[in-house]
Amino acid sequence: MKLGRRFRHFVFVLSTNAFVALGIYAALAQSDGSATQDHDHLHHSHFAELAKVPERTRARRNPLATDPDAVAAGKKLFGQHCAECHGTTAEGGKKAPNLREEEVQKATPGTIFWILTNGVVRRGMPVWSKLPEPERWQIVTFVKALPPSGACRSEGAHSPHSRLETDLNADHQQ
Amino acid sequence: MLAVVTMLLAVLLARPAAAQESPYIVTYDHYLEEPGSLEVEYFSTFGTQRGGNDFLAYWMEFEYGAKAWWTTEFYLDGQTTLGDSTVFTGFRWENRFRPLQLEHFVNPVLYIEYEQINEADKIIKEVEGHDIEADHAGPNGIARQTLDHELEFKLLLSKTFKGWNVAVNPLATKNLSPSNPWEFGYAVGASRPLGLKASSKPCNFCPENFIAGIELYGGLGDTQSFGLHDTSHYLAPAVAWNFPSGWTLRLSPGFGLNDNSHQLLLRWGLSREFSNFGGVVSRVFGGRP
Repeated sequence: MKLGRRFRHFVFVLSTNAFVALGIYAALAQSDGSATQDHDHLHHSHFAELAKVPERTRARRNPLATDPDAVAAGKKLFGQHCAECHGTTAEGGKKAPNLREEEVQKATPGTIFWILTNGVVRRGMPVWSKLPEPERWQIVTFVKALPPSGACRSEGAHSPHSRLETDLNADHQQ
Repeated sequence: MLAVVTMLLAVLLARPAAAQESPYIVTYDHYLEEPGSLEVEYFSTFGTQRGGNDFLAYWMEFEYGAKAWWTTEFYLDGQTTLGDSTVFTGFRWENRFRPLQLEHFVNPVLYIEYEQINEADKIIKEVEGHDIEADHAGPNGIARQTLDHELEFKLLLSKTFKGWNVAVNPLATKNLSPSNPWEFGYAVGASRPLGLKASSKPCNFCPENFIAGIELYGGLGDTQSFGLHDTSHYLAPAVAWNFPSGWTLRLSPGFGLNDNSHQLLLRWGLSREFSNFGGVVSRVFGGRP
């Protein structure tokens, strides 16, 4: 199809500018979204998602709960896919909540699995159903093994929580 | 110029991230780019050509997760026809939107693309209307003189179950010239990781790093002549190798299924994901990451 030279130029300029503008808008909108919400509001609104999980799926049991490699594999997957937002020590970041908080640690494995599978798309958490189910359960196992905030100090240096804490801190410093 | 420098700076400052990319090259599943992440991809297609010279077509993709429900992507296309010349063939700007929040039995994603490419373009990212092998036989010097402006719409339907992903993408394309009819096409894909459980240590050769699949794609005619006839169809096994370092390598030999199709389209691609690209760009423009 042959269109007028001026029209082609107009479409080119328009589309190029639109692309650049949308890219910048997307980047800024993302940071604005996190900047304008104060920490407490972010904290409560994120954890409110846990209450929306359907009753039926909350009761699902973790088939890998006793798998001896699940925590280590889950830690690796967490580092690859989740740490960018939740932090390498899972203590939260500007975009995503602290997974060691009581709300998460008291949630059933089925609840965490459901959140992982469905994401919280309107709050920026993508769906992770592209990870096979066993990998999602490995992440759930890791999250449930996380030491709750401040727990290690009261449990002593040789508890499983403390060992995982030490591993995570070492990863964080690398 | 400032925008280009900013983008390059942001790519350099952003952190590489491990990806879990599907092996599809033509088909789309329903997974969008993670918000704030930029995936830079290079793809190449070697195609055999009856009645003309074989060619090597290539494209760059810059895929950005604007939101968890919106991915925007910019393409630059080019090709080298053996014994002829190397030409830049145009650009595409695609957007994918996820209308539903949760995972469902089938997950729809809406796809809209504007493309401004000349008729020397041979990347064959989709087959539409009555696209056939002979369309690519002409010399570059003549083909590049005709510029097409097209809008392309796709409905991306996808489901992942027990490790298997199945995706179906019907498409409709409209050349913006009023005299051109709507053209239709399809792409169907299935894929599965070779391992469903992750190993506990980082590794390059673990089975979960490999995802194998197969794609079937072709044209469906246009509003004046709808159907599978007088168009081309391809069957293409595909494999993706996701490295822990963040690189993904894809390989896909595609085979023409009828006399209208290229006999072989050998595709490969290399991609790398950069997380927090949006945060770095935001910082450059004075915002908070």
